[in-house]
Amino acid sequence: MYGRLPIAKMLAATVALTAAISAVMLSINWDGQEASTAAPKIDDLLNVMIVLSSFVFSLVMVMLFYALWKFKAKPGDESDGEPIHGNTRLEVAWTVIPTIIVLFGAGYSWSVLNDIERVEGNPMTVDVFSQQYAWSFGYPGKGNKFVEGELHVPVNRQIQFKMHSQDVIHSFWVPEWRVKKDNVPGITTTATVTPDRVGTYQLICTELCGFGHASMRAKVVVEPPAQFRKWVAGLKETVPAPYMESIRQDTGTNPAEPLGAGGA
Amino acid sequence: MIAAIKQPGWIRGVLGAALAAAFGVGLVVLLRDVSGLPIWQTEQTGYPHVVVPLITGPLGFLAGFGCFDYWLRWAAGMPTIPDDHSQHGAKSWKDYFRFNTDHKVIGIQYICTTFFFFFVGGLLAMLIRAELAQPGTQIVDAATYNSLFSTHAGIMIFLFVIPVFAGIANYVLPLMIGAPDMAFPRLNALSFWMLPLAGMLFVGSFLAPGGGFDAGWTGYAPLSTGAPLGQSFFNLGVQFAGASSIATALNFLVTIITMRAPGMTFWRMPLLVWANLSTSLLVVAATPFIAGAQFMVLMDRVLHTQFFQFTGGGDVISYQHIFWFYSHPAVYIMMLPGFGIISEVISTHARKPIFGYRLMALALIGIVVLSYSVWAHHMFVAGMFSWLRVPMMITTLLIAVPTGIKIFSWLGTLYFGKIHTYSTSMLFALAFIVTFTIGGISGVMLGMVPIDIHVSDTYFIVAHIHFVLFGGSVFTIFAGIYHWFPKITGRMYDEKLGRIHFWGTVIGTWGTFIPMHWIGMDGMPRRVADYATQFGDWNLLISCCAFFLGAVQLVFLYNMIVSWRFGPRAEANPWRANSIEWLVSSPPPVFNFDEIPRVVGGPYEFGVPGARHAIMAGEGAEVAQPEPSVVGQT
Repeated sequence: MYGRLPIAKMLAATVALTAAISAVMLSINWDGQEASTAAPKIDDLLNVMIVLSSFVFSLVMVMLFYALWKFKAKPGDESDGEPIHGNTRLEVAWTVIPTIIVLFGAGYSWSVLNDIERVEGNPMTVDVFSQQYAWSFGYPGKGNKFVEGELHVPVNRQIQFKMHSQDVIHSFWVPEWRVKKDNVPGITTTATVTPDRVGTYQLICTELCGFGHASMRAKVVVEPPAQFRKWVAGLKETVPAPYMESIRQDTGTNPAEPLGAGGA
Repeated sequence: MIAAIKQPGWIRGVLGAALAAAFGVGLVVLLRDVSGLPIWQTEQTGYPHVVVPLITGPLGFLAGFGCFDYWLRWAAGMPTIPDDHSQHGAKSWKDYFRFNTDHKVIGIQYICTTFFFFFVGGLLAMLIRAELAQPGTQIVDAATYNSLFSTHAGIMIFLFVIPVFAGIANYVLPLMIGAPDMAFPRLNALSFWMLPLAGMLFVGSFLAPGGGFDAGWTGYAPLSTGAPLGQSFFNLGVQFAGASSIATALNFLVTIITMRAPGMTFWRMPLLVWANLSTSLLVVAATPFIAGAQFMVLMDRVLHTQFFQFTGGGDVISYQHIFWFYSHPAVYIMMLPGFGIISEVISTHARKPIFGYRLMALALIGIVVLSYSVWAHHMFVAGMFSWLRVPMMITTLLIAVPTGIKIFSWLGTLYFGKIHTYSTSMLFALAFIVTFTIGGISGVMLGMVPIDIHVSDTYFIVAHIHFVLFGGSVFTIFAGIYHWFPKITGRMYDEKLGRIHFWGTVIGTWGTFIPMHWIGMDGMPRRVADYATQFGDWNLLISCCAFFLGAVQLVFLYNMIVSWRFGPRAEANPWRANSIEWLVSSPPPVFNFDEIPRVVGGPYEFGVPGARHAIMAGEGAEVAQPEPSVVGQT
C-alpha cells in the first residue's frame, strides 16, 4: 500500500527542504561573537543540531503537506478513508531512528561538555561576589586584590571563577564566552573559561534577583597578560572582610566533584 | 434572611468566609499572646494576621457555600439531604453560580472560569509587551514589571491551561466512557469551587502592601522567602489550585478505571481517555511536591523555619529540586490532555482510524514514566551536583521519542484518509503539529547541556515555553473547544469567525515567539524590564505581533458568546464522529443516558465495514454478535 506513495519524491523533497532551511539557518550567526575556547565547540554542536532539526522539521512538513494535498476530501465526499490501523515496521522505525538520533546528540553533547569543562594545569582563580544588584571580583592569586563592577582577565589563560552570593541567587553570564553559572548563597559554584579574544564584553545577571535585575551588569575586559598584570597591580583595595567571611562560610566547594564532595 | 443564611449559597458562603477569617485573626492573636509575643505584628515580614485568614477564609467560604454539607451531615450522624437530582443540570445562567454536582455543569463552570482567567492573564501579557516595546522604562517600574510577568505565568499555568483541560475532560470524558457522571460528583464540585479562590488570591496579591508576587512563577528561594506579602498570596493560591487539581485527578482515575461502560476495555478507550488517565497519574504523584515546596517557603516566611535559609543551615538548591520535581511533570500535565484532543479531532476529520493506536497509548504512558526522571534539566547551570547533568540530559532527550511517535502517528492517520478542513478544530489540530514540532525541536536543543549553558534564562527559553504552551497546549485547547462546542452548547459556532481567529492566532503566535529565539541566543536575558538597545527593533516587532495576537482572541470571545446564544441548533453528531458523546443529543440529556450503552468495538473504526463503537439503549437488536475489537496492527 505504501508503494502507492511517491516515497522517493517525498524523500527528495525532504532533503531539498532540509538543505534550504539549513543553508539559511547556518548563514546566520545566532550566538553572536565567539570569545572563548568553548564558544566554537558549543556553536559547532548547535550547528549540527540545526541541520538535524531542519531534517526532522522538513520531514514532518513534507509528510503533512503532501497528505493535505493528496488526501483532502473532495467537496461533498462523505465517505471514510481506508481502514488502515497501523504498520508495525513503520512504527518500529519511528521509534528506533529518533532514539538513535537523540542518543547521538546526547553522546556528542557529553563529549563537548567534558571538553569545555576540562580544567588544565594551572588555571587562574577569580572570586566572583554578587549581591543585589552589583558584581565585584577578587584575585586570590594576586594578593587578594578587589574591584567592583569591572572584571579584567588575561587572554588565552584558563580562568576558574569561584562564585559567591551574599543574598539571593544571581547568575553569571558572558554571552561571548558561552558560559553561565548561578551564584548560590551558601555554596561556592565554579565555572571554567579560557577567553581567547581581546576585547570588552558585558557580564549579565540572568537569574531573577529583584527589581534591579535588568541593570545588574558589569564590564568585562579581556586584555594581553602584561596589561592585565599592570591593571591588577594598580588596584588599591583588597577583598573586604565580610566577603572573606562569606567564602569561609560557604559549605559546598566545587560541585564538579563527585557525589558527596559538594555536600555540607 | 434567616432562611437565606440556613440555605447553602452565596450569602452563607460570604458569611462563612468572614467568620472563618475573623477566627483566623483571633487564632493568631491568641497564639501570639500565649507565646509572649506582642499580639499585633511588629516584624517586617510574615504578616501572620493576613496569612492565616487567607487560609481559613476560603475554607469558610467553601463550607458556607455548601461544599461540605453532605459529608458533614453524614459524619455527624445527621440525616443527609437525599440527592433528588434536583440540583442536576442547569436551567438558567444562575444555576452555574451555585454548588452543582452535575459533571456537565461543572465542565462548563470550569471552562468559563478558566477562560476568564485566560483573558486576565492575556491582559497582563499585553502590559508586559507594552513595557518591552522599547528599551528603557515607560509604563511600569521594574518591581511592578516583575509582578506582571509572575502573575501572568501563575494565572496562565495554574488557572488556565491545567484546569481548562480538567474542564473539557469533565464535560466530555464521562460521556465518552458511557458513565452517568464522575465517580465522586460532590468532590468534583468542591474541586471546581477551589479554583476561583486560587484565582482571587493570585489577582488579589496586587492589593498587598509591596505589590503582587514578583519572584517569578518559579518563586525561587531565597528571593521568595524574603519577598513582600504578595508572595504569600501565591504560596496559598497554589495550594488551592493544587488541591483542586489533585482531587480532580483522583476523580478521573476512579471514574476511568471503574465506570467504563460494559465492553469498553482499556484498548477500546478513546485516546482522550488515555490522555487523561496519564495526566491524572502525573497529577496525583507530582502535585504534592509543589504544594510542599510552597508550604516550606510559606513557613520560612511566616514561622521563620529554615528550609531554604542558608544562614540557618538551609539548602537553597533543594527548593529547585522539589519545585521542578512537580513542575517538569507539570508541562506534560499541560500537554498530554491536548494530545488526546488532537487524536480525537484528527481521526474524526481525516475519517481514518488512529494510526498505531496501541503505540499511541503506550507513548503516553512512556512520557508519564520518563517525565519523572528529567526535572533537573531546569538546573544545568544552577550549581547542583554536576554529575546529575548527563543522566538528566539523556532522559530528557529520550522523551522526544514517545513525543515523536505521537507526531508521526498523527501524520500517518492523515494518509489515505479523507481530510476535511472545514472545521476550525481541524485547522488548529494541523497547525498544532507544525508549531509543536518547532517547540519540541528547541526543547531537544535545550536538553543538551552545552547549548543550555548558553541559552538558559534567556529569551530562547521564553520562546520555547510559549511555543509548547501557546503553540502547543493553547492550540489544542482551541481545537477542543471548537470540536465540542456543538455538543456542550447545542449550537454551532461561526466557521468564518473561527477561521479569522485561527489564521490570526497562527500568524500572531509565529510573529511573537519566533524572533524571541534569536534575541535570546544573541544575549537578551529573560525577566528583565529593560534591555540593551540593540534588541529594540525586534522587541517592537514582537510587541506589535503580541497585540495582534491578543486582539484576535476577542474574535474568539465574540464568536463563542454570540454563537452560544444565537448560533444555529447543532445536530447530535455534526462531525460524524464515533465516540459515545456524539451518540447522545446536543446538549446531552441531564442524566447522559437512559440506559448505559454497550461498547462493541474500538473508537476510531472509520471505514471498517459494519464496525460499531457503541450500541445505545433500544437498538441492541441491530447487532447480534458484538464484533471483537480490531485495533492494533494490520
